Amino acid sequence: MVRYLARRVIWAAVLFIAVTLVAYVLFFLIPNDPAKLVAGKAATDADVKRAAHFLGTDRPFYVQYAKFLDRLVIHQNLGFSFANRQSVNSIVGNAAPVTASLVFGGAIFWMLLALPIGILSALRPRSLLDRASMTFVLIGISAHPIWIGLIFAYFFGFKLGWTPITGYCDFINPSTDCGGPVQWAYHLVLPWATFAILFAALYVRMIRANVLDTMNEDYVRTARSKGAPEHLVLRSHILRNAMLPVVTMLGMDISLALGGAVFTETVYSLPGLGKTAIFGLNNNDIPTVEGVIVFATLAIIVFNLVVDLLYAWIDPRIRLT
Amino acid sequence: MALLEVRDLKTHFRTDDGIVKAVDGVSFSIEKGQTLGIVGESGSGKSVTCLTIMGLNPKRNTISSGEAIFKGENLLAMSSSRLRDIRGNDIAMIFQDPMTSLNPVHRIGAQLVEAIQLHRDVTKRQARARALELLNAVGIPRAERRIDDYPHQFSGGMRQRVMIAMALVNDPDLLIADEPTTALDVTTQAQILTLMTDLQKDFGSAIIIITHDLGVIAEVADDVVVMYAAKVAEHAPVDNLFKRPHHPYTWGLLGSLPRLDADVERLVQIRGQPPSLLNPPRGCRFHPRCPYVMGICKTVEPELLPAGDEADHVQACHLDVATKDREAAKVLAGTMAEAS
Repeated sequence: MVRYLARRVIWAAVLFIAVTLVAYVLFFLIPNDPAKLVAGKAATDADVKRAAHFLGTDRPFYVQYAKFLDRLVIHQNLGFSFANRQSVNSIVGNAAPVTASLVFGGAIFWMLLALPIGILSALRPRSLLDRASMTFVLIGISAHPIWIGLIFAYFFGFKLGWTPITGYCDFINPSTDCGGPVQWAYHLVLPWATFAILFAALYVRMIRANVLDTMNEDYVRTARSKGAPEHLVLRSHILRNAMLPVVTMLGMDISLALGGAVFTETVYSLPGLGKTAIFGLNNNDIPTVEGVIVFATLAIIVFNLVVDLLYAWIDPRIRLT
Repeated sequence: MALLEVRDLKTHFRTDDGIVKAVDGVSFSIEKGQTLGIVGESGSGKSVTCLTIMGLNPKRNTISSGEAIFKGENLLAMSSSRLRDIRGNDIAMIFQDPMTSLNPVHRIGAQLVEAIQLHRDVTKRQARARALELLNAVGIPRAERRIDDYPHQFSGGMRQRVMIAMALVNDPDLLIADEPTTALDVTTQAQILTLMTDLQKDFGSAIIIITHDLGVIAEVADDVVVMYAAKVAEHAPVDNLFKRPHHPYTWGLLGSLPRLDADVERLVQIRGQPPSLLNPPRGCRFHPRCPYVMGICKTVEPELLPAGDEADHVQACHLDVATKDREAAKVLAGTMAEAS
């Protein structure tokens, strides 16, 4: 177990370096000089040079990367934004809770939708419910989140006036003019629904397929041959096994989405990581972009580890060695 | 009265291609404490017969008819809750593949305890004690330690022992074993068979054993049903079947057994394939593969009738008794007309 964890941590470090380095290299391939943007439109060549020196972009990229690593590892500091000189730590720190609210709330939303629909349509294949849910899956997978978001915002937000169309309210301390759990949830209902639709569709399909597969397992027949009633067969023998792969997928999808639910955040103007990353990209703001990448990578690494540990706990066949 | 009497059992599956008559008019009976062997090729309907008796076929697309009278009650006509009471309590079942028949995420002990508590109003502690008793009875070494292991920590033979323990835990009157040794290696097969016959003496259960292996039949069965293409081809006490087999299909099965006493270059096989049950041949279902086929076989389906003077030995073949005795003798001598 200790050896397993040690190996995982080493792998995480390798992965981390690979991801951040690739991001740096890509950035230097973009023929845009952040110093020019910083120096402004009327800047002379000397001004741009001074700006470049100030930002550190006049050094070769590997020096910059080494400095970035040094700052991050030694001081846990992501540096300062090229665009507005804000601390990237605080930029990411402000954006992460927004994305986390969206992703975790969305995950609860989509599991609440996908679990009952997936299980019921597996129990009654080819029924009306099954066909309706498969239609939903098709729409959910085909429709783009931006389109769904705009349609939701138009109908529920604008036409019906049920929900706010844009904006975010802080859960705990109101930095904006609204705050508190109720306002927080009220503002997030539409983003949650939008975000959840795609995943709910994918999960309905996966849960249905898993349950259908598991229903045909020999041990399910064994359970019936023991005289177990159907609800017990379903709960203790079918679902317990059918949910194993769902747990893995859930962990992977959540960790991936934590890197920024770009489309949903854009439609509803949520100041999350996705929006931050796009802002950074548009302004050639390496520190901000790297900040988001660092956070996303860590989220993925940590979540995958959690999922693996969880999996070893719920599936006795898996031993971590 | 017989413990279980099956009369004219039919199980048909609706498929996209048409109706598959997986079991088509099968009758047999079994007495208390007896062992009945059902033998036949893959797809002959042996397993479906037993799954139908247990009510374990998928409900959708399955049509069953006929009767299976168990201790005076028709299993095919009773409510599903009454059937659940009987399953695992009065009739228990062991399956072919012990590797997949136990739930991988539950401990062995928990699976046995579940089987007990479904039918007995006992505490978990009492159920666990009973489970341990059974695990010892089926010869699991260090059972008190292994009761908390998971299925994947057992070998195939040990898992089949666990399955047998789980089947016997409520002291059933009838145990249905669906190819219990097929997935095991040969030495383990013998151990499992011996275990089953030993436990039968202790528990007094009747056993229906399904197999495609006549060697298994010879070892454990009192009575044998030979099934071919969803129907009974021959039904006889085991000694009769091996001494005086009457059906050409049985001859084929006997002829294809590997023998040590006869000098045979290669195993005799029954030529051709078992027929499709979507569209079985007219007349005798075995006629396209039968070396002794006559004109009548292609049009008239033979009835299941006593062969010669033995009332308890029935078979479905048009050949006359003299021919049968002559050919059977050849088969037993290992010189059956080369069928391929």
